[in-house]
Amino acid sequence: MFSEKNMELLMDILHNDLLRAIFETIFLLTALPTLLAFLIGMPLGVLLVTGDENGIRPLPRPLMQLVNVVINLLRSVPFLILLVVVLPLSKFIVGTKVGTKAIIVPLTIAAFPFVARLVETSIREVDKGVIEAAQAMGASPMQIVMKVLIPEAKPALLSNLFVALITIFGYGAMAGILGGGGIGAIAINYGYYRSKPLVMWVMVILLIVLVQIFQSIGDFITKRSDKRIR
Amino acid sequence: MSETIIRIEHLCKTFGTGDGKVEALTDIDLDIRKGEIFGIIGLSGAGKSTLVRCINLLERPTSGTVTVNGQELTALKEKDLRKARRSMSMIFQGFNLLMQRTALENICFPLELNGLRGEKNWREKRAKELLDIVGLPDKADAYPVQLSGGQKQRIAIARALADNPQVLLCDEATSALDPTTTQSILDLLKKINRELGVTVVVITHEMRVVEQICDRVAILDHGVIQEQGDVSEIFTDPKTEAGKRLVMPSGEKIHVLPANRLVRLAFNGATSGEPIIATLAAKQGICLNIISADTRTIGDKSFGTMVLGLPQDETEAARALIYLREIPGVTAEEVTDLVQ
Repeated sequence: MFSEKNMELLMDILHNDLLRAIFETIFLLTALPTLLAFLIGMPLGVLLVTGDENGIRPLPRPLMQLVNVVINLLRSVPFLILLVVVLPLSKFIVGTKVGTKAIIVPLTIAAFPFVARLVETSIREVDKGVIEAAQAMGASPMQIVMKVLIPEAKPALLSNLFVALITIFGYGAMAGILGGGGIGAIAINYGYYRSKPLVMWVMVILLIVLVQIFQSIGDFITKRSDKRIR
Repeated sequence: MSETIIRIEHLCKTFGTGDGKVEALTDIDLDIRKGEIFGIIGLSGAGKSTLVRCINLLERPTSGTVTVNGQELTALKEKDLRKARRSMSMIFQGFNLLMQRTALENICFPLELNGLRGEKNWREKRAKELLDIVGLPDKADAYPVQLSGGQKQRIAIARALADNPQVLLCDEATSALDPTTTQSILDLLKKINRELGVTVVVITHEMRVVEQICDRVAILDHGVIQEQGDVSEIFTDPKTEAGKRLVMPSGEKIHVLPANRLVRLAFNGATSGEPIIATLAAKQGICLNIISADTRTIGDKSFGTMVLGLPQDETEAARALIYLREIPGVTAEEVTDLVQ
């Protein structure tokens, strides 16, 4: 495994492909899909709470059931299968069904229902009494969402943002199998298809280090934002 | 004083349907006058919190009407109702402050909701005035978690006053506080009532809260108003079973010889250093029988109630009554209806 040839290959990869791979992994396969997943999942998660029977703006029951079914359905499909099913859709949206860019579409579709659930549980944690106080002051449902629910749930939302980020990071590494780029693709291509375990292990360690860094940043930001901690 | 600000007529509230139906409030009629402190007292489960939530329509009554300032709230659409709510404020047992905002930002909150009320600087200036009113000018930048229960309730009161409400609804506002803090919050509520002319509605299960600050009181029991009237009237001569239970210090019935006349003392901030009963015995030679007592001392003042048995001798009894009535901070009323 540590033969001179293998070491040479590793150095070659580290030298030529690593920066690009890290960039793809962090920005294209993690940050961007997370952002897109929150753009869809955040309003959806808020809606799941406010549209509830006892919510601040109840919506028709059948509509809420439909939203719930769609979310559960998307969440129950394993990511690799969803990837295969959704990739053709990428052609319409980003113009190609291969490469890192194409993977962003299935990543977003796989992640937004998950994000919606995370947002839902974060928002549900907000003290009912505070919502009642806002209602007593004459706040509209929109004002309650923007000025009470989201700001009060901010620490939980931030914490869950990093949970989602790390999950999507994991999905992104998996997408290497179907032509996605990044560190995951290098690990799979060399470690699995070309039997170069050394390269694979180095990439795996890199992935682990990145997850640790994300989590530490997440913990730091969450703690700093929470005013309930003295 | 006599102008009605809140009128509740034939209000009923039921929860659930079919077999699970619970009638929380039955045919409530109430008139709350402008500028008074009105108490609604009852044991837990009596429907007090539901009733106060029906006043600002956080709970929609099943039937009946609520009229505030001549405006029938129960007839309003959601949007107009939100506007109407701005003339009423509410404070809670759990304070319900926004945990992620500072004290100052919490006070600004109702002003932010009302988009027409100017800019940030104006709001913060107003919030600082209110911090002064509630006596916490140095806590502007503190977060709720850094404040004690009493301080939190003061911030909640400041927030409630921010938009110049005409009515302040207090839902068990002192129930989570210790006696000393309760006292200071009650003093603050009284000050707000006197100085700002805000009508205060106090929901409580504690008799001494009503004794100390309320002008009039309604006794709520099992969703029905048992009696209402001036506090002194109800306390000296409760007519209903529920009234007697609340007014009696320990809630139990008194068993004494029917020949004894009884007097009920309500301590309303009398100096606790004064040994009232001992003085009466030593100086006037009149011995009183303590039937029951529930008093406590907060700071150097006494609060609570005591029931005394007057001597058999009519002239002695009369002299004792005169003496008791002259003590400052004590209300003494002869009671006739407590003996069962």
